[in-house]
Order: sequence, then C-alpha cells, then structure tokens
Amino acid sequence: MKGVRAVSSKSVKEGYGKERIGVFVCHCGRNIAATVDVKKVIEKISEHPFVVHAEDYEYMCSKPGQELIERAVEEKRLTGVVVAACSPSLHETTFREVVEKAGLNPYKCEIANIREQCSWVHDEVEKATEKATKLIKSVIEKVVRNEPLEPVKVDLHKKALVIGGGIAGIRAALDIANAGFQVILVEKRPSIGGHMAQLAETFPTLDCAQCILTPLMSEVAKHPNIKLLTLSEVIDVEGYVGNFHVRIRKNPRYVDPEKCNLCDNCTKVCPVVVPSEFDEGLSLRKAIYIPFPQAVPSSYVIDPDSCLGMNPIICGKCAEPDVCGPGAIDFYDQPEIIEEDVGVIIVATGYELYNPENLSEYGADKYPDIITSLQFERLLSPNGPTGGIPVRPSDEKIPKKIAFIHCAGSRDEKHKSYCSHICCTYCSKHGLLFKELVPDAEVYSFYIDIRAVGKNYEDFVKRAQEEAGVQFIRGKVSKIYEEDGKVKIFAVDTLLNKRIEVEVDMAVLALPIVPSQGIEDLASKMHIQIDNYGFLQELHPKLHPVESPTPGIFLAGAAQSPKDIQDTVAQASAAASKALEILSQDKISHTPTIAVVDRETCSGCRLCISVCPYGAIELVDERAEINEVMCEGCGACASACPSNAIRLKNYTDEQLDAMIEAVIGGTLG
Amino acid sequence: MNEEFEPRIIAFLCKWCGYAGADMAGTSRLKYPPSIIPIRVPCTGRIEMEHVLKALKRSDGVLIAGCHTPGDCHYVRGNFQCLKRVTLLKKFLRQVGINPARVRLEWISATEGRKFARVIREFTEELKELGPLRRSK
Repeated sequence: MKGVRAVSSKSVKEGYGKERIGVFVCHCGRNIAATVDVKKVIEKISEHPFVVHAEDYEYMCSKPGQELIERAVEEKRLTGVVVAACSPSLHETTFREVVEKAGLNPYKCEIANIREQCSWVHDEVEKATEKATKLIKSVIEKVVRNEPLEPVKVDLHKKALVIGGGIAGIRAALDIANAGFQVILVEKRPSIGGHMAQLAETFPTLDCAQCILTPLMSEVAKHPNIKLLTLSEVIDVEGYVGNFHVRIRKNPRYVDPEKCNLCDNCTKVCPVVVPSEFDEGLSLRKAIYIPFPQAVPSSYVIDPDSCLGMNPIICGKCAEPDVCGPGAIDFYDQPEIIEEDVGVIIVATGYELYNPENLSEYGADKYPDIITSLQFERLLSPNGPTGGIPVRPSDEKIPKKIAFIHCAGSRDEKHKSYCSHICCTYCSKHGLLFKELVPDAEVYSFYIDIRAVGKNYEDFVKRAQEEAGVQFIRGKVSKIYEEDGKVKIFAVDTLLNKRIEVEVDMAVLALPIVPSQGIEDLASKMHIQIDNYGFLQELHPKLHPVESPTPGIFLAGAAQSPKDIQDTVAQASAAASKALEILSQDKISHTPTIAVVDRETCSGCRLCISVCPYGAIELVDERAEINEVMCEGCGACASACPSNAIRLKNYTDEQLDAMIEAVIGGTLG
Repeated sequence: MNEEFEPRIIAFLCKWCGYAGADMAGTSRLKYPPSIIPIRVPCTGRIEMEHVLKALKRSDGVLIAGCHTPGDCHYVRGNFQCLKRVTLLKKFLRQVGINPARVRLEWISATEGRKFARVIREFTEELKELGPLRRSK
C-alpha cells in the first residue's frame, strides 16, 4: 500500500488526479483465473486512487464482456481503460474499438498482459496474483499519461514505380495498370522479359516460356497506363509511403525506337563482334543489336562499350542513310534524368547465377563443355544459338552422355548455404527434354536430395526418372574436369556408399541463384534491408511476406528469395494488390504514436538525424523537425536526444519512469 | 539468506521480438520464476541508460530483450543503438561498484519462447548468487 500511495501522490502532483480509470480483469475461462486470484486483484486494484471502476468477467473479449466495458465507460465517465487479459497482440485492437464506440479515444485503452506473461508461466497463485496486480498498476500509470491521438492523414501520389522488368515486374505492373493506376516500369537492360525470356520450356507443364511471356511483354508495351523506361536505373529515392520522389537515369539507346523498323541492315555492316548476353555467351552479336526478336521495346540498341561509333566516331557505318533508312541512329544520344513522384514502389530486381569462376572445382570457367543451366536453356530453346539442337560447345556434336549437377554451389557451406529452390525441378526438365531430343542418350542427374516442392512437381520429377529414364544418382559431386574431349565427374554415390567416376560428353551445372548485382546499393537507397544471403528482407515471413520494412515498398520475385515462375507471379500479384490497397485510398492513415520535437529545447545538434533509420528528421531553421508520415515510432531519436527535446508519443520518459516505479510498488529502496 | 532471497527483475521487452518471445513462452506454457515484471517498449533503441538506472534503483537486475542482430530489428537498427548503450552502461556500473552482470541484454525472437524462459531462469539464479542490490540511503 505504501507503494501505491507513493506513486499516486507523485501522479497527483503531476496533475493526473482527475483521471477516472476503469480496470477490467478477464478470467479467460480458467486460463487466467486458475492461477491469478481475480477477485483479489479487483480488491487490490480498487484501492488505487485513480480507479473508479474495477470489474471481472469470464471472457472479456466476448460480446457481453465488450458491452460491460462500453457501459462502464459511459456510466462512470471513464477517462481511461485498462483491460487485464491476454497479450495486446491478440485483442488490443478489439478493446480499443470498444472504448472508441463508447466515446473514448482508442489510445486511452491499454492492455495488461496477465495471461501469456503471468498466469500461463507461473504456478503459485499468490505470486501470480501479486504480479498481475503490479502489471495492472504499471499499465494504469501509462494510460493516465497517454495522449488521445488521431491517425495522421496524408495525401498521396496515385502512381506506382516497379523496378525490374522480368516476369515479376511485368505481372505487378500489369496488375496495377489494369486497376486503373499509372505505373512506371524501370528496367536496366535494353528489353523487358528478364531471365524468363531466355528459357526454353517451363516446368511442370512444359509450356514454351516465350509463348506465355511475350504476350505479357507486348501488353506492357501498349498499355496506356504503363510508362516503360528501359536501359534505366533508379538512382535516388526520397520520401515516404504515398509520397516517394524518385530519380531515374535513362541511359542512351542511340537508336530511336519510334523510327527503328527492325530491318536488320545495321547489324550487317557493324564490324564489331562480342558475345551475346541473351545467349549467355554461346553466340555472338554485333555492337548494334536487338537482344532477341520479341524484345520490348521493339528496337535495336547500340552497346556503347563495344561500338566504334562513340566519341570519337571512327566507324558510324550503321548510321549511313543507305543503311538506316529511317535515320534512327543517333550517336549523340545522351543520358537523361527522369524525376517522378509515386505513392508505392515494387522491387522486382530478380536474380542472376552465381559466378562459375568461384567454383573452380567444377571447371565451368575452364572447360567449354561444362556449362551453366542457363546456357543449357539457350541450347534447348528454338530461338537459341543452335535453333534448339543441344550440341556441345567444343565441337558442336550432340552429346551422347550428359550429366546434370544439382546443388553446384547451393547447400554448400563453401559457396551458398541455402537451397536455390528451383534446380531439382529444372534439372529434371533438362533431362526430360534432352531425352526427347536424343532418345538414345545416357542422362545422369547428380543430386543431394530431391526438393521438388510445388504443385505437380513431384510427378514431374518422377516422369523424368521413370518415363524418360534419367538416372538419378544421390551424391555430391566433388570434382569435374575435361580431358581429351571427355568430361570426368567424380562423386560419391551415397545410396551405394561408394566412390564413382563417370565420363560424359557434357556437364550442366545448376549454379546457385543469387540476387542481382547492385541490389545492396538499391536497398540502402530505399532504406530496406537485405538478408544474410543478400536477398531482400520481407517485413515478416508469414504476416507480411511481400512488404519491405519501409511502408509503401513491396517485394516481388527472386529478389526476395530464389523462387520459380509460379511463386514469382503469385508474389508479384500479391505485391500489386498490397500496392493497390494504398493507391486506392484518398488519404493514407499513419500511426500517430510518433516522435515530436520541442523546438524550444532542441539545440540543433543533429544526433537524432543520424540515428533515425527512416530519414524522417531534418533540420528546419536549425531545429529538428520530424516528418510525421515517415516516422515509424521506434523512439531511437527520443533516446538519443541529449537535450530531451524529443518525445515519443505515449512512450515518454515520464511514462516509462512511472511504469518502472509502479511495477516494484515502492516496497524496495 | 540467499535461499530466501527472491530477486526482482524489471524487463524491458521490445514489442516485436522480446515481448513476442515472452508471449511464446506463455503460449507454450513454459514455467519461469515470477521474479520478472515486463515493461513493453516499441524498440530496445527506445531504452535509455537513465531508464535502466531507474529500474536498477528499484530492482536487483534489469533484462533487456530485443530483436536479433544484425538484421531482425523491426526498426532497422534500434538493437544496435541499445547494444552500444548497454556496453557503455556496463562500464559505468563497474565504475560505480555495481556488478554489470545485473544488466543483461538478450536477443530473443518471437519464436524463442524457450530461450526467454531459460534466460529468466538463468538470470534469476545469477541474481540469487549476487544477492540483493544494496543501495545507499
């Protein structure tokens, strides 16, 4: 009792004496009442000077329980409510809505968690009862000092930015555009389509990748709501949800897509030959080229790194009027900075394959007939360098023996310890397709475990094993090299428990899927995080799988984790729908439990600016000012401020101090 | 004397991880001593040295539980702010003659109910060994 009086006299001095608090203690059936003596808690808490009403009920969250709170708020003219029940993560919103209905500001209701953090973890009734009482007292001290708050409302730009023009970015952009909102789609390469455009056929249905992708690409090209920026990169992102200001650098194409008629005369005169990125280096392209026939935008492009027409012009053959009739080529094309205001951003920057140079034990960087799975996709593709005939690069002969190496760097502590998720299924696809083309071939698939997790994938892998006769060998490959035109594979068959050596004509490595280059830089510009493996970090794996920690920025596709086309498309649509949730509002609501600066006490030292993870604070007239929309309410600034000029609403120093005093109840010290 | 002594612990729990981990201990019905009284905070980055010192004035030990470093903090890097402060605070406590072990910083995720219960049990035992925190009048 001594403690209660000590605290309350301080509180009374601070002017909280007029507060009329109601305490509602829930039995939660027997969940609370079995360990906490609810009647005793009521008796004790009724003595608290601020408490004008204390009541218990079997299930406070039930309709009669809620009505009981509502009635008491009205009849007793309560100024604050403490519900002693389960964790606030369960029913804080419920009870705040109840008090709001009764005419009280929702922020004048707080939860004392006497179930998860009291009755469920303690056995002794006396001690649990004492603890429950202390918890309630502490929360009373908080609630009397809580400010009534209203959600912050702000205007927004009803436009979306999608970064990355692979299947994820395409899907997300189309979903948002189809809902009637403007989309800016930014792609750093000359064409959209991403890796999916390179694939031959897709598992488990064996649809031709181009056949399902290219219609979407042309839909993007002609969609009135989509502004497509290729050869472009986001260089700067400022602002906050609803109000992002983005700067984009659009690199020169040197060919005007409006004028280019795809006649292909330019490539005939171009003297420069370099490996084709689209064919993964298996074919050659000119310095002026179209990445692939169905590219969007449908136009040629000049690669300034290899073109001889750049400053100083020493070639310029392609720009001659008798070569380029429409006069589409312009060597003086300049980069352009484009500024846009958008309300939401979707990051869909995709993946690339782990550099095979890091895997010298598998020899992909040294030997021509040890290739990557993306190179094999190009060999299988009808629009690939060999027209869909899978020949080996060294002598262009069709291999009679081929091996697919799963986990060539994935699930490997020396390289990437995670599972790349799609390799088991695509290696099965490669085996299956290869067997169809070369029925008498011997096909081996070296695997650690088969992880064919997806609808119908297990059947698909079985089909490769049983119908196509791909020989699956369970064992990690230790070394691969090529000698006298033969690729030698050393492994351990872990089912037979013996070492094996296999000689094949060609080996295909399923390299780890890694995030695209530059993702770290982009992430730091947007204040979003990357995980231990370099992929973008979602806010919560289950509750918020497509949200980044920064409100208004969403994630889609392999930039977030390795995933197949199905999951990528699903995630892209999910991200688009989350983005639309924001775009479809007239104003955005933002949590009002944010930090505020007292301009009188602020010394302008900028410490708060350096600790704010959201860039929400800036100096205005030498005093800190917090943007109420960007602030997420973490309180880092309030703690760092040496002048105590920053207050985190409803988590003030005064509140924390009073809570500390109340929990111990003054019986110590 | 120590057999009867029941230490008092004030725990600052960040609402995303430490507090959620404590909830998980409850949901899993894991038992730990009632020595600890939790105070829910938005982030461990909100906790100042003054708060810990005030809590030490009225308890035998202070626990701070937040999101795992480096990347789990809901507010990006509040956990690091806290880590810096606690490191400094422990040096200060040593200077003023308070055993720095009375302040314990733990990273406990929302799934680590087991860890939460274990930390409370361990910390309670440690504080029993140390005995009550004596304060000058």
